[in-house]
Amino acid sequence: MKYMLLMQASERIEQPPIHTWDPADVKAHLQFMHDFNAKLVADGEFVDAQGLAGPEEAKVVRSTASGTPAVTDGPFPESKEFLAGFWVIDVESLDRAIEVAAAASAAPGPGGVPVRIPIEVRQIMSAPNSEA
Amino acid sequence: MSVPEDLLRDLAPQVLGALLRRYDDFAAAEDAVQDALLAAAEQWPRDGLPDYPRGWLIQVASRRMLDHLRSEQARRRREDAHATEPPPPDVPDQDDTLALLFMCCHPALKPPAAIALTLRAVGGLTTAEIANAFLIPEATMGQRISRAKLKIKESGVPFGQTGDLATVLHVLYLMFNEGYASSVGPDLQRRDLAAEAIRLTRAVHALRPDESEVAGLLALMLLTDARRDARTTADGTLVPLTEQDRTRWDHEEIAEGVALITATLPVGPLGPYQVQAAINAVHDEAKTADDTDWPQLLALYGVLRGMSDNPMVALNHAVAFAMVHGPAAALDLLTTLAADRRVAGHHRLHAVRAHLLEMAGDNAAAAEEYRTAARRTTNLPEQHYLTIRAAKATAAVSEV
Repeated sequence: MKYMLLMQASERIEQPPIHTWDPADVKAHLQFMHDFNAKLVADGEFVDAQGLAGPEEAKVVRSTASGTPAVTDGPFPESKEFLAGFWVIDVESLDRAIEVAAAASAAPGPGGVPVRIPIEVRQIMSAPNSEA
Repeated sequence: MSVPEDLLRDLAPQVLGALLRRYDDFAAAEDAVQDALLAAAEQWPRDGLPDYPRGWLIQVASRRMLDHLRSEQARRRREDAHATEPPPPDVPDQDDTLALLFMCCHPALKPPAAIALTLRAVGGLTTAEIANAFLIPEATMGQRISRAKLKIKESGVPFGQTGDLATVLHVLYLMFNEGYASSVGPDLQRRDLAAEAIRLTRAVHALRPDESEVAGLLALMLLTDARRDARTTADGTLVPLTEQDRTRWDHEEIAEGVALITATLPVGPLGPYQVQAAINAVHDEAKTADDTDWPQLLALYGVLRGMSDNPMVALNHAVAFAMVHGPAAALDLLTTLAADRRVAGHHRLHAVRAHLLEMAGDNAAAAEEYRTAARRTTNLPEQHYLTIRAAKATAAVSEV
């Protein structure tokens, strides 16, 4: 089963933004993510992983009756949370997906303290296993 | 010149078997065979088919194997003892397909790992082809196969030992489903998995013609695969069996499957694959949906229920029951079924209930059940189908 793990960053999060961390802490964080992905590959579970540019770069696009799409600076103003990045993994169970998400959530932040960023686990639509 | 289709893949298990009888290292032998297959795929179209393709592959794979042993030995700083030995003799009169299947479908492996390994070691597919079929990166699939091989090595079962035929059949069945169930629209790569499962099951059937469940599984695959072109529309929407264009079914496959199951059933012993094949034969032989022999299907689902305590079988049984005895009685059956924790809240339960409510003329309740089913399924084409049914049922309410 394939799952998408969505890293939900929040403006309300206690952690300061990563560019304000001590460089050694940033390095440790990046190394953790690198090793984390390498382990997913080694375990035969990795499908994809991407980090997304910050929400200040985001646009929200909506088609309009006039034919000219409305483009606003995103994300949606009402949302306090935004997507920071995601993984796609192929694992044998929801339990395993949760385990992987928990490990990702433990990535080290300032002073090596885990960031504890919330990770949303969503199953990716797949093929049916039976007919009619 | 062209290399006959499937030749390499037919030879793959034979070459691997020949190596394994000589060297007791499954992982290394499998890698060596894969190298030899890649070399053949490159050289044969260019230089022409060798006089003895099988011998050629064994030669090349053995050389790779010796290279591997040499480097292993160098690594261990040991004397080079075996590396100068000649390649193993070609013993063509033994089919190792079954022995390899027993090894690859080892009970210690989870089905996805067993399927991947079987496709490579027995099916002769490359890691890239298998990764494509499962829509995951090649490196991930490579690791999955390596780990599977390691597990087999750790289990310490020597090559050639008899394994569990039921596990082999289960893995082949799952391989077929993986390909068939997702053969939507132009997604041909995954459909190859169904074709590969049929090819391998055919090979097992040829080696064990007296095993009734092997014949049953092969018949089941053929009778199911025969409907593949009719089961989705061009845009990938699922078409339920009763609404499929039966002229688009593969009638050659149906004839073969029907002949096989007809010959197998009286001999026995009876098993679930044979019963499922018989169920599909009843569907496939009906000229129109209205001609479907529902009393026969109801009886067969009854037999199947007696064999396995599977709530999905019970759901299909309820549908057949409704077709024979009407939807009201079948809805009562579902109420009992809904108490089963394995099926409570499952989208199939809601979809079946929706269908029965629709039959009973209660479109409002049917629409609600279709919506619930659509929300709960994890399959996209199925979700589209259920959403359309929900919309139709909703529209039917306002028409009244």
